[in-house]
Amino acid sequence: MRLLALAGFAQVEAGRTLDLSDPASLSFAIMPELVLCAGAMVMLLVAAWRPEGAAHSRRVALGSMVVALLSLVAVLFMQWQGHAAGPGPIAVDGFRWSSDVVFLLATVIAIGLSMDYNTREGINAPESHVLVLLATVGMMVMAGARDLMVLFLGIETMSVAVYVLVGMNRRSARSAEGALKYFLLGAFSTAFLLYGIALVFGATGSTNLSVIGGRIGALSMGDSPMLLVGIALLLVGFAFKLAAAPFHMWAPDVYEGAPTPITAYMAAAVKAAAFAAFLRVFIEAFGHLYESWHAAMWWLAALTMFAGNLIALQQRNLKRMLAYSSIGHTGFLLVAATAATSQVAGAFLFYLLAYTLATMGAFAVIIALGTGEHPRERVEDYHGLWTEKPGIAIAMAVFMLAMLGFPVFGGMGFFAKWYVLQAALDAAAPQFRLAIMLVLATTISAGYYLYVVMVMFMKPRPEQATPLPVVGVMSRAVIYAAVVVLLAFGVFPDPVVRWSRNGTELRPAMPPAAALPVPLGR
Amino acid sequence: MPPSPGLFYQVHFYLFGLLAIASALAFVTRKSPIAAALWLVSVMFNLAALYVMMDAHFVGAIQVLVYAGAIMVVFLFVVMLLNLGHADELSDIRGTWGRIAAGAVGLALLAQIMAMSRTRFLSVLQPPTNPVFGGPPDRGAIGTVAQPLFTEHLLAFELTSILLLTAIVGAVAVGKRKGANDT
Repeated sequence: MRLLALAGFAQVEAGRTLDLSDPASLSFAIMPELVLCAGAMVMLLVAAWRPEGAAHSRRVALGSMVVALLSLVAVLFMQWQGHAAGPGPIAVDGFRWSSDVVFLLATVIAIGLSMDYNTREGINAPESHVLVLLATVGMMVMAGARDLMVLFLGIETMSVAVYVLVGMNRRSARSAEGALKYFLLGAFSTAFLLYGIALVFGATGSTNLSVIGGRIGALSMGDSPMLLVGIALLLVGFAFKLAAAPFHMWAPDVYEGAPTPITAYMAAAVKAAAFAAFLRVFIEAFGHLYESWHAAMWWLAALTMFAGNLIALQQRNLKRMLAYSSIGHTGFLLVAATAATSQVAGAFLFYLLAYTLATMGAFAVIIALGTGEHPRERVEDYHGLWTEKPGIAIAMAVFMLAMLGFPVFGGMGFFAKWYVLQAALDAAAPQFRLAIMLVLATTISAGYYLYVVMVMFMKPRPEQATPLPVVGVMSRAVIYAAVVVLLAFGVFPDPVVRWSRNGTELRPAMPPAAALPVPLGR
Repeated sequence: MPPSPGLFYQVHFYLFGLLAIASALAFVTRKSPIAAALWLVSVMFNLAALYVMMDAHFVGAIQVLVYAGAIMVVFLFVVMLLNLGHADELSDIRGTWGRIAAGAVGLALLAQIMAMSRTRFLSVLQPPTNPVFGGPPDRGAIGTVAQPLFTEHLLAFELTSILLLTAIVGAVAVGKRKGANDT
């Protein structure tokens, strides 16, 4: 397959429309995924080559990071070339590449954090890094999938790998509980998705998003009950994967039980991938039926914002608090999705990058300060952090302010919220009430984000507190790099805005009317 | 009345039939679960050959893919993960010569794949005529399944293998951790 991709590389010039029915062009269109797959398999062999040990595990982790970075280079190359694609199972557009950049960034960070965390916890499982790579393959497929079957396979590849990663710490009962809960509810939500796909296929006669969108648009199928039930089931399935209220119940337990680097990976990348696929399906395939699903999405967004942020206020475990806060962020992103304009993707990608950096940075702080006996997951453990580790305390404050959306000190976080609000208000059907709710929910979230900042700087360090460990190299690198990027692009957001808006628009599919095949059963 | 099958057909019918029965007997008499499972795979293959001879190509292919390929391999994985097999009863490849032979077979297979991917004989070569009754080339029901599988749904087909790989790696990772940590 790689040879084919290279052959395709020689043939295809920049900016061409790829014919996806030709295997060489198809291989070229999935080149970053192929690089990641091939790299993951090589790392798998390397992992199995020697007996387990901390040093070997670190070696595999470093190799996996290199593989993810190679794939990132391939993504950036594809984005720079700016190809388009004809009809086919996978999209070749800016939205896919920009989402891939976020996933791969989160992957590199998560593997880096795992190196510190696994050494500390004594998890010598080199396969865990390979599973992260395989999960990322699934995510990249999800971001590009233009066929419901391909989408389903992407979701399953990601989910299966993450189920295992959650349960990787076999000595922790919480980890096992989280993995089992996630597995059962994940299987449950998969059933919803699959049933929805089947019904949509039954109503439109295709699993291809462009064909579905075209047929819905041309035949005005808004009154087909089978189609509407299918869309509703898909919405429920996606809501489970996104952890949107009222389908969020699994998230806090799973996030708390999972090894912390995996929690960070789930909160950032898994959620981002589910959102990317969700946006593409609902805008490209079901964009013409906006009136039908708008109300459901509206309530989902409103409920998720308030449920996430209100419950987060009561949490005193930082991992759980961040889990509920990530549910709140899902709500904010759903506000953008409810607006469903073609500019939504730009706001979404900007938000995603800011949120990924802030979330992974905050989890990196938890990893950096924890030790085997003292996980330091409670807010009390952060009292007076300023006096002991001023650098880490300032970094944590930046992450909290970024998630809050505070201007200047929150860096990119402020602009992320701003662009989401703008997308919601600029839409053809402006979402005034949702925008007001978003501002209200953000105000609520200040209650717990600023509380963490307050205890770090204003509370005294408890006298019986055990001394903090030396921060690991990888954690330190991740924390400071995230702070610098967040603040730098908070002052100069233009490059990121251009990156997130350039060629990333999603539009309802509209195939030529003459070539429109008649769906089955009509 | 259909034309009576020739000697060629009869020889192969008895060959595969006897092999299937012999494999089935071996399957129920082996003590090692892995050896027994592999004999059952042999039964499946011989039955598949019989199905193909009866012009039921699709059933034959599914027999190999689903029973011999999927179910038995999963069964073997379970046996392997639960450590039911006894190491001394398995004729694993040992010693330098065994390794060299295994490597040579692997290289030969690789060369075969390379050669097949480089030649373009598929467009030149005609499908074989029906060996039993003569007549026009017959792709049976497989063609209708294979055509969209390897053209329209090629990506989904390849992704399924990645999904299975992920599931296997995950199962092994979860399965083996227990012993490593509890001791």
